[in-house]
Amino acid sequence: MSTILELQHLKKYYATQKAVDDISFNINSGSIFGLLGPNGAGKTTLLRMITGIFYPDSGQILFDGKKFDPLNDVQLIGYMPEERGLYKKMKIGEQAVYLAQLKGMSKADAIEKIKFWFTKFEMQSWWNKKVEDLSKGMQQKLQFVITVLHEPKLIILDEPFSGLDPLNANLIKDEIHRLAQNGSTIIFSTHRMEQVEEICDHIVLVNLGRKILDGTVDQVKQAHKQNLFSIKFDQPILPEHLATYLFEVKKTKGNELILQKHAEFTNNDILQYFLGKGLTINAFNEILPSLNEIFIRLVENTNATARAFQPVA
Amino acid sequence: MNKTLLIIKREYLSRVKKKTFILSTVLTPLFFVLLITGVTYISVQDVDQEKIAVVDRSGLFKGNLENTKALTFEFPAGVDTSNYDDKGYSAVLFTPKDSLSNYQLFSKKQLGVFAASQVENQINKVVENNLLKEKYRISSKDIDTIRKQASEAKVDKFYGERAEVKKGNSGLAYGIGYGAGFLIYITLFIYGTMVMRGVMEEKVSRIAEVMVSSVKPFQLMLGKIIGIGAVGLTQFLIWIVLIVGLFSAASAFLSPETMQQAGEASQQMNGQSAMAAKAAAGFNISESLSGVNWFLIIGCFLFYFLFGYLFYAALFAAVGSAVNEDPQDAQSLMLPITMPIIIAIMLMIKAVTSPASSMATWASMIPFFSPIVMMARIPFGVPGTVPYWQLITSMLLLVGGFLLTTWVSAKIYRTGILMYGKKASWKEMWKWAFRKA
Repeated sequence: MSTILELQHLKKYYATQKAVDDISFNINSGSIFGLLGPNGAGKTTLLRMITGIFYPDSGQILFDGKKFDPLNDVQLIGYMPEERGLYKKMKIGEQAVYLAQLKGMSKADAIEKIKFWFTKFEMQSWWNKKVEDLSKGMQQKLQFVITVLHEPKLIILDEPFSGLDPLNANLIKDEIHRLAQNGSTIIFSTHRMEQVEEICDHIVLVNLGRKILDGTVDQVKQAHKQNLFSIKFDQPILPEHLATYLFEVKKTKGNELILQKHAEFTNNDILQYFLGKGLTINAFNEILPSLNEIFIRLVENTNATARAFQPVA
Repeated sequence: MNKTLLIIKREYLSRVKKKTFILSTVLTPLFFVLLITGVTYISVQDVDQEKIAVVDRSGLFKGNLENTKALTFEFPAGVDTSNYDDKGYSAVLFTPKDSLSNYQLFSKKQLGVFAASQVENQINKVVENNLLKEKYRISSKDIDTIRKQASEAKVDKFYGERAEVKKGNSGLAYGIGYGAGFLIYITLFIYGTMVMRGVMEEKVSRIAEVMVSSVKPFQLMLGKIIGIGAVGLTQFLIWIVLIVGLFSAASAFLSPETMQQAGEASQQMNGQSAMAAKAAAGFNISESLSGVNWFLIIGCFLFYFLFGYLFYAALFAAVGSAVNEDPQDAQSLMLPITMPIIIAIMLMIKAVTSPASSMATWASMIPFFSPIVMMARIPFGVPGTVPYWQLITSMLLLVGGFLLTTWVSAKIYRTGILMYGKKASWKEMWKWAFRKA
C-alpha cells in the first residue's frame, strides 16, 4: 500500500508552548486514519500544517511522495475544521459553487457535482436558501458536502459527527467508508473513542505535542492488553477453585469469572488448570481494553488539561 | 480562474446586489439634488410679498424707492401705526424730517431678514444719493452711471509661470478643494469600516479557516480590499452620472431668470446661505469652470481616493482580524487608525485657506494625510501652487505607504483571523507583524 502523507519530525513552537514537538507518522492512501488526543494536545496545529495553513518551524511533510507544496496541493485536500464556517448571508448554491471554484473546479463541474451531492443527501430544495436559515445539523451536512465536493485525495474531518442526529451520523459514516473505498484517504480527528474503534484503520494519539501511540486499532489494543479473561462455567464457582498462582481474580459473579493472567503463563495453562479441576467451560474470552480506557490511562496524570487553558501564541 | 479574482468577484457582487447598496446609491444623489434645488427654489419663489406704507416726512423717498419682487412701497395719506394693517399694508415706515437718523418700521409680524435688509439697503441708497446731490450737486442719473461703471470693474486673477499664465478663480478652487478633501475623508471611513466589518464577519462565522485551506490569507485580504474598493468606485461613478444628469434636469426646471435671481439674492445675503445659492447658480458661471483643469483634478481625485483607500483599508483589515465578536473591541482598536484621518481633515481645512503654506506642503506628502490634504491643494493649480515634484513625491510616498501597510497588515491578518478568544492588544499585533516567518 502506498503512502499518501508522511510527516517527518514536525515541530511548531508558539511563544508559550510547544504545540507540536517532533511528531512523525505515515498515512497510507485509502485508509481511514484517526488522529486522537485531548483538548489542546496539538491536533489542530498539526492539521493546520497538513492543510498548508501553518508552516512547520522544522521538519517536513511529504504529500504523495513529494515535498508538500501548499500552493498547489491544497486543491487535493478537503478540510472540514472543527469550528464550522460558512457565509451566513450567502445563498447555499452560490456559496458551494464559490468554495468549489476556490479549490480549482470549473463552474460547470462544480454545479454538476453539487447537484449530485444535493440529490444524494436530499438537499435540492436548499439551493436558494441562506445558511442562517439552516439548523445546526443541516449546516453540518452542507459543510461535509462542500469539503468533499472537489474529490480531494485527502479529506480531513475534525469532529465530523458533532451535532448530528444518529440517522445523519450514519449517512455521513457510510459516505466516509465509500470515499475511502474509492481511494480517498481520510484523516479523522476526534475524542469520541467509540467512533474511532468503529471507523478507523489506523490511529495516532498525541498528547502535549508529542505522539504517544501509533498503530492499527488492533495493534494498539494488543499492546495495551492487561491479560484479562472472562470464563463461564456451567456451575457457580467455589473459592477452592481459585487458589492458584496462575492468575489473579478480578471478579466473580455466579457462573462467570474475570481474571488477570500472570504474563509468564499461556492461555492453555489456565484452561488445563480448570479442566483439571473437573469444571466444564462454556465460554473463554480475552477482554481487550477499549480505546477509551487506553486513552484515559495514557493521558491521565499528565498535565494535559492544565495545558489546554494556557494562552496560545 | 485566478483565486484572488474569484474572491474580488464575490466581495464585489455580494455587496452590489444588496438592496441597501442600490437604495443608497440611487437615493443619495437624488436627495442631494432635491435638497439644493429645493433650497434654491424656495429662496426665490417663496418670498412673502410685503406691501409697505411709507410716511415720508422728509419728502425724499417718494419715487426713489424701487419696488422689487418682495417689496412694494406706497405713499398713501392717513396711514399710521394704528391702521396700516386694516388698509392692507404689512408694514409702515416712518422717515424722519432730517433724513439722517431714526427711521422706524412697524409691522405685525416680524419682517423677514431678507426683506428687512432690502428696506435698509434702499434707504441707505436714497440717503447717499441725496447727500451726494446736496453736497456735490451730482444728479441722480450721474450717480447711477457711476455706480454701474464702478461695479463693472472686476479683478481677473491670473496665476502660473510667466510662460503659461492661466486665469484663476480661488473661490472655485476653494470649493472644489474642500469638497474633494471632504469626500475622500468620508469615503475612507465608509469603505474602511466596510472592510473591517467584512473581515470580522469572516472571523466570527468561522469561514476564515475554511477559506485559508483553499487560498493564502493574503489573497483573501487583498480580494476583500479590492472588491470593496471596486464597490466604492462603482458608487462614485453612478453618483457622478446621476448628479450631473439630475442637475441638468433641475436647471431646466428652474428657468435661467430664477438662477439669476438666486445669484442676486445671494449677493444680498451673507455667510453660508449665500454660498449654497451661489453653488446652485454656479451652472451659469461656465466661464470660470472652463478655466479649471478638470482632467487633472478628476484624475488626481481617483488616484488619491484609490490609494488612500488601499492605504487605510489594509489597516482596517488588520484591526478586523484582531477583533472578536464584540463590536466594542473594534471601537477601541480602531482609534489609532481613525485619529490620523481626523487629523487629516483638520489639516485640510487649514490647507484650503493657505494651500502653499509649509504645513499644507508637508501634510500633503505624508501618506497618512496626503489623500485628503493634497486634494485640497490641487485645485489651486498644478504646477502653480503645487509644483510637479511635490505631486509626484506625494504620489510615490502614498504608493510606498500602501505597500508597507499592506505588508504589515497581511502578517497581522494571517495570525489574527485564526485566533479566537480574547481580542488582541496592539502590543500583540505588533509582535505578529514583525516576528519572523
